[in-house]
Amino acid sequence: MANNIRIAAPKTVRKGEVIELKTLIQHAMESGYRVDKRGEPIPRKILQKFECFYDDTLIFEAEFHRGVAANPFLTFYTRAENSGILKFRYTEETGEIFEDSVEITVK
Amino acid sequence: MKHLVKRRDILKSSLAVSFSLTTPALALAKTDDMTAAILDTFGRLPKESDAILLKIPPISENGYSVPVEIEVESPMTNKHFVKKIALFSDRNPLPLLAVYKLTPRSGLAKISTRVRLGGTQSVHAIAEMRNGDLISAKAKTLVTVAACVIL
Repeated sequence: MANNIRIAAPKTVRKGEVIELKTLIQHAMESGYRVDKRGEPIPRKILQKFECFYDDTLIFEAEFHRGVAANPFLTFYTRAENSGILKFRYTEETGEIFEDSVEITVK
Repeated sequence: MKHLVKRRDILKSSLAVSFSLTTPALALAKTDDMTAAILDTFGRLPKESDAILLKIPPISENGYSVPVEIEVESPMTNKHFVKKIALFSDRNPLPLLAVYKLTPRSGLAKISTRVRLGGTQSVHAIAEMRNGDLISAKAKTLVTVAACVIL
């Protein structure tokens, strides 16, 4: 399954500005409560963790449980201190990691 | 007569005593799954506060995806910031929905996301501050189509 990550972040910002970051990942977040057409339970498979790194510094972290909707969507904020790379990392309970990053320029 | 009145008083007071003794036990019996989940996450119970703003639509047509927005009043400096925000549901089979860990680098203690809700209920947001304060807010939503029903 291709896990498409979408990130919305401003490209250029002023120093010290608090910026909004939005991210969405395509993932079923299978809760383990559902059954398929034959009545067999669909095994649980969820993303457990989301981390956002600003130049390798962890600035925001989220822990997902089964009550998080499919295709998890998240909006959060950060203070832009310097030009750099924002890395978005999702960890599935299977251990698989999905990552994407964006670059921001501080003027 | 005097004797009777006295006896009544004694009865009343003994009733009062038994009541005061049973009340804490009753309160304990009411400790539900959500309270247990809150204790499990934070180790104690929060105080309700206006410093948290929890926005959720009053009517959610689709319980599989309910938008939630949480904002906590905080300067988000190295000394004063929100460390953790957790979302709880008082009706889902699993009360803990999500936990967010913030840092002073967050700049603003505001998060929005989408959750699954298994019916009409209150969603609770709890925030733990750097100084140890634990505060909460709740908001009710009417869910038309509940999530977690077996189709």
